[in-house]
Amino acid sequence: MEAVAHQFQDFRQQHEASRLGMWTFLVTEVMFFGGLIAGYTVYRIAYPAAFAQASNRLDVALGAVNTVLLLASSFTMALAVRSARRGGRWALAGALGSTLLLGAAFLAIKGFEYAHKAHEQLVPGPNFRFEGPEAKPAELFFSFYFLMTGMHAVHMVVGIGVLAVLAALAARGAFTPDRHAPVELAGLYWHFVDVVWIFLLPILYLVGRHAP
Amino acid sequence: MNGVAPARPAENYLNWNYSVRSWLLTRDHKRIAILYLVTVTLFFFLGGAPAVLMRLELATPAGDLVQPETYNKLFTMHGVVMIFFFLIPSVPAVLGNFVLPLMIGARDLAFPRLNLASWYIFTVGGLFTLAAIAGGGVDTGWTFYTPYSTVFSNSHVALTIVGIFITGFSSILTGLNFIVTLHRLRAPGLTWGRLPLFAWALYATSLIMVLATPVLAITLVMAAAERLLQVGIFDPALGGDPILFQHLFWFYSHPAVYIMVLPAMGVVSETITCFARKRIFGYSFIAGASLAIAVLGFLVWGHHMFVSGQSVYGGMVFSVLSFLVAIPSAVKVFNWTATLYKGSVLFSTPMLYAMGFIGLFTLGGLTGLFLATLAVDVHVHDTYFVVAHFHYIMVGGTVMAYLGAIHFWWPKMTGRLYPEGWARFSAILVFVGFNLTFFPQFVLGYLGMPRRYHGYPEEFQVLNVLSSAGASILAVAYVFPMLYLVWSLKYGKPAGRNPWDAAGLEWQTASPPPVDNFEVIPVVTQEAYAYPTREEKETP
Repeated sequence: MEAVAHQFQDFRQQHEASRLGMWTFLVTEVMFFGGLIAGYTVYRIAYPAAFAQASNRLDVALGAVNTVLLLASSFTMALAVRSARRGGRWALAGALGSTLLLGAAFLAIKGFEYAHKAHEQLVPGPNFRFEGPEAKPAELFFSFYFLMTGMHAVHMVVGIGVLAVLAALAARGAFTPDRHAPVELAGLYWHFVDVVWIFLLPILYLVGRHAP
Repeated sequence: MNGVAPARPAENYLNWNYSVRSWLLTRDHKRIAILYLVTVTLFFFLGGAPAVLMRLELATPAGDLVQPETYNKLFTMHGVVMIFFFLIPSVPAVLGNFVLPLMIGARDLAFPRLNLASWYIFTVGGLFTLAAIAGGGVDTGWTFYTPYSTVFSNSHVALTIVGIFITGFSSILTGLNFIVTLHRLRAPGLTWGRLPLFAWALYATSLIMVLATPVLAITLVMAAAERLLQVGIFDPALGGDPILFQHLFWFYSHPAVYIMVLPAMGVVSETITCFARKRIFGYSFIAGASLAIAVLGFLVWGHHMFVSGQSVYGGMVFSVLSFLVAIPSAVKVFNWTATLYKGSVLFSTPMLYAMGFIGLFTLGGLTGLFLATLAVDVHVHDTYFVVAHFHYIMVGGTVMAYLGAIHFWWPKMTGRLYPEGWARFSAILVFVGFNLTFFPQFVLGYLGMPRRYHGYPEEFQVLNVLSSAGASILAVAYVFPMLYLVWSLKYGKPAGRNPWDAAGLEWQTASPPPVDNFEVIPVVTQEAYAYPTREEKETP
């Protein structure tokens, strides 16, 4: 890759600065999603029955499949970082590509879920329909469902784009054991996006599903 | 310095290339600072224009200059533009960008391209807001309270919200850049305990920028979703809570005021020591106070909501915490004053602005305690008392410190000295105009005049006329620096490396600095502000 940027003394300093920068960025993302989770929590405490009923309309099986896909993608991402550190060019490109494909599969299932929700008239707005006395707060639940998973999906799209670029660069041999910071940074970002999903899954899909 | 007039270096960051492309694609923190200076100044006058109209309207009791809806748009645009597009970026993005790397002996910030991206993001966000103004403005107040903003307002709410959302990322990325720079790019020997206090102030500010701004971003997303997609989040018809918006909004917007004041306090620390020629009193307390303000500032947002229907017990907690957050600010004021005591004070322009800051910030801060007192706040909430309080801090404080900083570092940025006579006169005129504008507003608020009203009972007219008269003086006083600073670019005396004989690494390099900041990266061996003590001066 290129030479050390002029504001740094050496690659070690440059690499450390990039890592600190990515961690700081992830902290901002925690605050970003945190605002949504805080709003969600306020309403869940206020309307527990409505949120449980609304959550029951989500497809837990699809949520579970998506979770497995994302966890697997974090595994392949970790493999990619390992390959980058060891210098395996095609192993790296393959691991990055696998991560990308698993992420894309996640998004495809999400898209299917959204379409299904639209068909069932569970998209908040003028077309929303929910039977029962808890209809109003249920619409709140679905507002948060779409906002939270939608924001998450936006972050996944960005991540997939980055992975595509990195996979192409890896295939061209751009990364070496000494120079592969972008792969490590992308790994941090991807794992973070995965962790966000781990939070979203229970609070959206698993409300009220414990035994009585 | 010897008797030879210092020659401008053959090549510096300004003259190595004059093309537009070299400016718009620069990675140089110094050029990016100048880009910010230009845009921020434009926004200052764009935000000032509605204020001029407002003060003209308020010179008479009847609402006879503009329609009520128009008046609502004026105070909204004044708040939105001044807060998000002038005050928040002012000191950090202009002076922070220019001075911070120099001050720590670095060649640039950690992420120069990200720095340029910050400026572009800022400008694009500003364009969205300009589009909203051109399209007829917003009338919700800069606070965008729901459900008016999300359901009932017929103005360009979504466009303005998108503009602020975009610009917020400029703030986040600048804060991120400063944090990494301070952690990783300090010169050899520059320990945290030797950092200049402006750097400490920027660090504390950056922590707030990075932690608070994303919450505003997501709050604006929710408000925009509700408005554009009729997705109910704050809508009572759906069981939603409009007060939730207020909590989320103020969770950012209270720390935001510390984004606006902490860098200004950092400037005051720098200028007070330089022009009292004395080591700052209580260095570690000032540094610690900056961090304490940043932390405590996250815990007081509810003091904007005492009368909103929020829990009274919650209000009591927020009240106590608001009293606590005043303490570190007071510590700083005492330390600055102690620095002046028995110093060799020079009443230069930056010192005049710093002294103005200390007096006006103290008044503004003390009146904040009035507002933090629950029973008093019930009486003065949403009156001109609040308006006067925050203008004392943001204008009497931040704007004066910003002007002081511009003057202090002008020789470094441009290689020229400004005309000291005109500059001192303008500083004094600002002080006079400011007090005439805003002191009557404390009285008006206490007597019960509400804010955001374009008319008022006749008995308030005298005070309002005083305020409007003061505003006209203030407006003139703000124009003078524009004129003489620009004049000095061509006709000002060449400044030399260190015209103030100040301590600080930025004064060790040429004025204007070379592109790479330093010929050789300095090694730091002493504390910040190593001005000789009186004992050291007396022993030959």
